[in-house]
This record gives sequence, C-alpha cells and structure tokens, in this order.
Amino acid sequence: MTRDAHPGGAVPGAIPGILIVARHALQEALRRRVLVVVLVLTVAFGGLYAWGCSALFDDVSGFQNSSTGLDAKALAGSTIVGLAMFGGLFLGVVLATFLTAGAVRGDAESGLLQPLVVRPLGRAQYLLGRFLAAAVVSGLYVLVVYLGAVLVTGAIGHWWPEHPFASGFRLAGAAVLIAALSLLGSVFLGATANGILVLMTYGAGLLAGLLGAIGDAIPSPTLQHIASVGSWALPYEALYRDALRLLVRDVPGVAGAIVQLGPLGGSHDAGPLLVPWCVLYLVVVLAVAAWAFRRRDL
Amino acid sequence: MSALAVAGVRKRYGRHEALRGVDLEVGDGELVGLLGPNGAGKSTLTKIACGLVRPTAGSVVLQRPFGYLAELFRFPGWCTADEVLVLHQRLTGSEGGARERGELLELVRLEDDAGTRVEAMSKGMQQRLGLAQAMVGGPRVLLLDEPTSALDPGGRRTVRDLLEELRRRDVAVLLNTHLLSEVEQVCDRVIIIDKGVVVAAGTPAELERGSGVEVELASGTRVFEGAGRADVPRIVAELVAAGERIYGVRVRRSTLEDVYLDTVADAR
Repeated sequence: MTRDAHPGGAVPGAIPGILIVARHALQEALRRRVLVVVLVLTVAFGGLYAWGCSALFDDVSGFQNSSTGLDAKALAGSTIVGLAMFGGLFLGVVLATFLTAGAVRGDAESGLLQPLVVRPLGRAQYLLGRFLAAAVVSGLYVLVVYLGAVLVTGAIGHWWPEHPFASGFRLAGAAVLIAALSLLGSVFLGATANGILVLMTYGAGLLAGLLGAIGDAIPSPTLQHIASVGSWALPYEALYRDALRLLVRDVPGVAGAIVQLGPLGGSHDAGPLLVPWCVLYLVVVLAVAAWAFRRRDL
Repeated sequence: MSALAVAGVRKRYGRHEALRGVDLEVGDGELVGLLGPNGAGKSTLTKIACGLVRPTAGSVVLQRPFGYLAELFRFPGWCTADEVLVLHQRLTGSEGGARERGELLELVRLEDDAGTRVEAMSKGMQQRLGLAQAMVGGPRVLLLDEPTSALDPGGRRTVRDLLEELRRRDVAVLLNTHLLSEVEQVCDRVIIIDKGVVVAAGTPAELERGSGVEVELASGTRVFEGAGRADVPRIVAELVAAGERIYGVRVRRSTLEDVYLDTVADAR
C-alpha cells in the first residue's frame, strides 16, 4: 500500500478538484473546436429542420379537420418533433461518447493522465470531473436541440406539446447515462474500442425499443419481454421512449394512435420507477467506474 | 523522517514478477540515482512510489507535496506552457501564481515560451516543461523517471543545473536514469536494481572499486591488477627494496559505468 507521510495541506477539496477537472475538459472541448463544430452542425440541422417543418405543415394543411377526425397538425407536429428528439439524442450521444471514450485508458496510454492523477486529487474526483463536463455538455446540448425543435415547430406549425420540459429532461438524462457508460468503458478499453462499444450499445438499445414497438403492435409478449429487459438493462432507451410517450400522450383520436407507434421506436410507459431506476443506475455505473479505476495500474 | 521509504515492495504482473521485495529510502534533501537495465523494475518502482501502480505487497511512505515526471507523458497540445502550469497549480492548491510559474519556466530555460502551445514545442522543450510541472507547488520530494531521455546535451546540462538547484533547496530527488555520468556528477547515493531486486547501493565513491595500481618505473609502467589504495605502501616498499626507482604511482579506479556493468553482469 502507498501512504502519504503528510496527507492534507493546501490541496483542493473534493468538489474543487472535480470542478478543476471538469473545467479543463470543457476548456479542451472549446479549444479543440469540438463545440464550434457541434454548433455549426447544429445550426445546419436547425435550418434543415425548419425547412422540413415548413414543408410538412404546408403539405398536411389540407387534411386539417377532415371527416376522418385526423388532427393533421398534431400528427405532423408530434411526428417531426419526435424525429428531432431522435436526431438530437443521437448527436448528444455521439458528443458524450467523444468526450469520454478515452478518458481513462486512452489518456493513460497517451501519457496525458499520469501527470494529473498523481496530484492530490483522487481518481474518483478525476472521473467525476470528466463525467460532469460530458454530462453538462451532452445533456444541455440534447435539451437545447429538443427545445429548439419545439420552438421551431410551434412557430411554424402552431403545434405545441403538452409536456415539453418533461420530455426534454428525459432526453437529456439519456445522454447523461450514455456519458456515464462511456466513462465506465474507458476504464477498460482504449478510446476507439470503447467508442465503438458505446455506440453499438446505444444502437442495441434502439433496436430493443423498435422490437418493443413491434411487440406492442402485433402484439407479441416475447418481443415485449425483450424490449422490457432491454429497457431496464439500458435505461437510456426507456427514457427516450418515455419522452416520446409524454410528447404524444395528449394527441387525440386517430392521430394519437398513429403517433404512439412513433418514429424510430414507439412511445412506451415504463412506469413510475423509471426515473428512480435511472438515478440508481447512474450512481452504480459511476461507482463501479471509480472502483475499477482505483484498482487500475497506470 | 525519510522523504521516501519503500519497504518490501513486490509487484507481480500475471506470472512475471517485476519487483521482488525492494527496500529503499531517500532522505530529506538527498539526491538518489536509480540505475538498472531496461526491464529491471525502475519505472514500476517509481510508479508504485507515486501511487500510479498498486504494489502486490509491501509499503511506501512518501512525503507530500511531491512532484513526478513520468517516463512517457504528454500535455494537451492545445495548452500553452503557462496554462499547463496553471492547471497544476490549481490541482496542487499552489498559491504561487504568475511569479511561481515564471520562476519555474526560467529554471528550465523556457521563460520565453510561456505562451507557446505544447503542440509547437520540441520533445526536449516538452520534457523541460514536464520538469517545471513536477516542481509546481514546491514539492519536498521529486520522482523523476528518465527526465533526460529526449534532451540534447544542452538540455541535459539544464537538468544537471536544476538538480543542483534542487539540492540547494533541500528537495529530495529519486532520479531514474540511464545516464551514468549524470548520476556520478550529481547524486549523493546510487541504487542499482536488476530483475526486481536491489543489487547494489551506496555513494558513488563507495561503489567505485579500486581496479589496480600503476607504478611508473625507470623501465616503464608496471600495473598491479586488483590492487587498491591500501596496497600502495606495500607495493612501493617492495619495489624500493628491489632497487627500483619510482617516478609516479596512480591508483586506478573503476568508473560507475564499470561498477554498474559488473554488478548487473554478476546478478545475471
């Protein structure tokens, strides 16, 4: 065991240590122009979204209040916001993955980590600092993209979801969970392998959601069971589907039935335990990452 | 209290035992050179000392604050030299501010490169920045793992001057290096490690052994192999008694390099 002869002294406390690392990680994202690239791409995404939104509402305006009882505006609005949720979450997941995939093993292999963790900082604090930076950036990003899509949709098509913030927070939570999982993976894998693993795991979660939507529509208890297991094992997927549920819950009639099938995975009510489960899941993932990191030779 | 005390440290990587029970101490303000061939366990020992690697057994007591320069390290390319030091000041809680950073950069001859980005620096400049980083916060102990590996002769001279400065400041240093001449010039003590065990330790003078006595005679130079300083009076007396005229006597000493090579060869 290694002991300090004189522990303590003028060293940063736990919280300042975390904030120093988080600030450094954010500074790196800024200085390496990661955030600028993301901003430019997001503006382009927003422009295309506004264009598509305008064309969509123009196209469906003829169906409004028809004898079918189809609320075309609600159908168009919820569908396109649902697509924006998928797109925004995907970009947020990529961002979270890029910010964390090489945080431990990748940075240790390149020699960036060693000068930092020998400081009176603590490995758990380093890990939490990296997590904080990635969670803030990716969570905020997903939230901003989603709320931007809601605003654009409302301004162009005059359709507003009933629970815009509840959906947005669930989406942001999904990105935060991905950041934590990516950080855990970074303790064991190099940046490239971990990045691939995280994005494939994210894809596997989406696939489970799609199977669940099919299972609900057929209906198939087996597919529903697979989706349910997938949702609890990879709860970011459950958060995404729950966000969709909140988005379309109040859409009435035929339009409501259609949009509940959802774009790219249907809405699904995972029940009241979802949010507490996600919080517990996050804490466990970070605790396991910190434990494994503490035992790792660098 | 020792600046660094290592007791019975073992480290096993799977079947390979990198360290097999190492004991060593670095006293306050002492400059100790750690020598050994590649794979001897020097870097592992240094990493265990600063907490980067967990020992399989044994204990390490290290005074804080300490500084560490890894053998293989990198700073973010987007950072300037000054920003690297600012980050480490924050992490150590140093309140030295711009004055401390300026002094450290001056010590490693980077005073004109405070605003230079790491990505624009040569390997040698980065290594000198690494040394400055290790000294942030006024450490009582420095663990330097191959600090001169990327340096040209001028850079090595800078490090030697720096080590002398550390000695003046009473900072203890464990210097892991392959450059025996540096160790010979600046270290108070030398520890030679091979295959995970300490095979020799002592001051450079203690380690350097007599390897013969050369006597200049009228007939030429005669060498008494294996003789040491203590044998000189006897040799001289015997030669004079034999009627020889002596013009000079020199005790041949093995260099640290000879000792190192002999010790490592003996251990194999």
